[in-house]
Amino acid sequence: MSTLNRRGFMKGALLGAMMAAGLISGHALAADYPTAKVNTTGLAVTDTTVKVGILHSATGTMAISETGSIQAEKLAIEQINAMGGILGRKIEIVQEDGASDWPTFAEKAKKLLEKDKVASVMGCWTSASRKAALPVFEKDNGLLFYPTFYEGLEQSKNVFYTGQEATQQILAGLDWIAKEKKAKTFYLIGSDYIWPRTSMKIARKHIEQHLGGKVVGEEYIALGDTQFGSVINKIKLKKPDVIYAAVVGGSNVAWFKQLNAAGLNSSKQTMLTISVTEDEVLGIGGENLAGFYSAMKYFQSQDNDSNKKFVEAFKKRWGKDAVIGDVTQAAYLGPWLYKAAVERAGSFDVDKVQAALPGYEFKDAPEGPVTVEANHHLTTKLRIGQWGKDGQAKVVYTSGYIKPDPFPKGYQ
Amino acid sequence: MFGYSMADIGNIVVMQGFSGLSMFTVLLLMALGLAIIFGQMGVINMAHGEFMTIGAYTTVLISKVAANYGFTDYYFVFAIAIAFVLAFAVGYFIEFIMIRHLYKRPLDTLLATWGLSLVMQQIFRSSFGAKEVSAELPEWMLGSFQPTPDIDIPINGVFVMVLAALVTFGVYMFMFKSRWGLRVRATVQNRTMAGAVGINTAKVDRVTFALGCGIAGIAGAAFTTIASTGPTTGTLYIVDSFMVVVFGGAASIVGTIASAFGIAQAQSVLQFFMTSSMGKVSTLLVIVTILMMKPEGLFASKLRK
Repeated sequence: MSTLNRRGFMKGALLGAMMAAGLISGHALAADYPTAKVNTTGLAVTDTTVKVGILHSATGTMAISETGSIQAEKLAIEQINAMGGILGRKIEIVQEDGASDWPTFAEKAKKLLEKDKVASVMGCWTSASRKAALPVFEKDNGLLFYPTFYEGLEQSKNVFYTGQEATQQILAGLDWIAKEKKAKTFYLIGSDYIWPRTSMKIARKHIEQHLGGKVVGEEYIALGDTQFGSVINKIKLKKPDVIYAAVVGGSNVAWFKQLNAAGLNSSKQTMLTISVTEDEVLGIGGENLAGFYSAMKYFQSQDNDSNKKFVEAFKKRWGKDAVIGDVTQAAYLGPWLYKAAVERAGSFDVDKVQAALPGYEFKDAPEGPVTVEANHHLTTKLRIGQWGKDGQAKVVYTSGYIKPDPFPKGYQ
Repeated sequence: MFGYSMADIGNIVVMQGFSGLSMFTVLLLMALGLAIIFGQMGVINMAHGEFMTIGAYTTVLISKVAANYGFTDYYFVFAIAIAFVLAFAVGYFIEFIMIRHLYKRPLDTLLATWGLSLVMQQIFRSSFGAKEVSAELPEWMLGSFQPTPDIDIPINGVFVMVLAALVTFGVYMFMFKSRWGLRVRATVQNRTMAGAVGINTAKVDRVTFALGCGIAGIAGAAFTTIASTGPTTGTLYIVDSFMVVVFGGAASIVGTIASAFGIAQAQSVLQFFMTSSMGKVSTLLVIVTILMMKPEGLFASKLRK
């Protein structure tokens, strides 16, 4: 990790002398940044430590998804501390449990910002939890790094979005499948809440207006529903070229198991999903997914040096059976981006950190280089992975860089 | 009709018919254990879903063992048996330490078993991890059976169907053809008199509760073939289970069967002709309307309580 650390470090340092000092030891640097100067707003920053909050669901239904994010954020913070911390200050984690309950997220965010005075927060997973906590972050002028790919239609100066917004995940994937599979007819299916509905709205517009294709069915499943018999029969009747799916949670597992059992496996049906990562495969089972495609910005199998190091470190820290999904990787970016931002700003003050991060390119992200844009989202690539029985995806397509566009014109 | 060939429509009718039947057996298996506990004892067991989860995790663990020792092809038989035994044992224990103290306070059982469900969820999370897991299914259970090239009958659906039939038959034999069943029915009809003629009603209660939990365990094991296994899997089933039992009329196993059949057919057909979530909403509306007119459910108990 040393090259990664040093490089990030040099970006942050303002003067050559500081750089030299920093390369020898991170600790030396704290003296160059007196606490009174780098912390003018009363955050929990001392001469040797800085408090950072982690706010995810460790209990309740969402713990299934959020556990990976917590692990990635802790790993990143431990790695940052091992190389001397941020501006010579070790990160102290203050972890709170959102408990899969949206008002609790708001309450805990308030506690982290007002009582603990954390300098930033890594957290939230569902859009509902983010929407609940957002007013608190805006009122108390906090800083949130949010890891999940989501529906877009949001931008706040207090939030950095390290996952993809909808157009980044959807458009290039549809382009690819239309070209590669000569797909003309699409069947859209998703769970019944804001993210799938917004995503499908964008997908439908793109299919109808830009790809010259036809949507032959659009279907939403109540959250937690586990019976797909009738839906699968409808799909069989319509015979779409592609099923485009965004089903989540327990329903997702039932959907794939029943689809396979109904004879619609990848040899008979092409499917592109935007809601299956390596984490979900654990529950669905590789044999039920084999041959289907996922559109994500990151897959664990990516073959580049920084990803190999990341996967190795993650397994060393959290067990050899641990898997890393798209959101887990995005969560891992949060602490690193925060470190870079503070070093670019030369200050922990939230306003300065916010101003310093846009324009920063994080070259050593496991997914490959990403750039923070002025709208607080990342410019990333999109990848299509084809699932194998072993639960890992083979990357079959990588797009060019896609700029984030949280308020897409013509798609709303 | 609507641009589909007759053959297409014929195939879909066959598959749709099967999927309705399949949903019926799923609902039946889900609700049977609850119907015994709720119907025979009046206990509202909110932790019913978690007893199903016990069955599901048992299956996952045994599938791992089976993969190591090479009996993947038929481990499911063991999994179901062990799931039943485990869930039965846990149910027996829970009745002893908790439920029996609350028989005279039905609303408190509701709260207590809900609390129990939260405790059990956290135990699953702490012992098996928060992430979902899956049991590796034997080859023969994957995919579909094809009577003609265009008709697919899901094998796991057939499996659940057969199991539901066996369990229902077993419950019937137990309740109506065995000494135990006689004692259970006597206790339900008149607890004091049953006690007076020498039936150990406390023991009857314990076994009845444990039996309901054991059947939930079997259901949980079977559902690993069609749905997910995670700490909160039970919450996916609890609402449907209650719906079936309440709609059927609490005290009647026949009612539970009829109710599962009715709900499954309605939902299956409505979901085919409407969107999936609208189908579900419409089914619920029909149920609510019928319950408003017939609050005791389809097959009301004719007993004086």
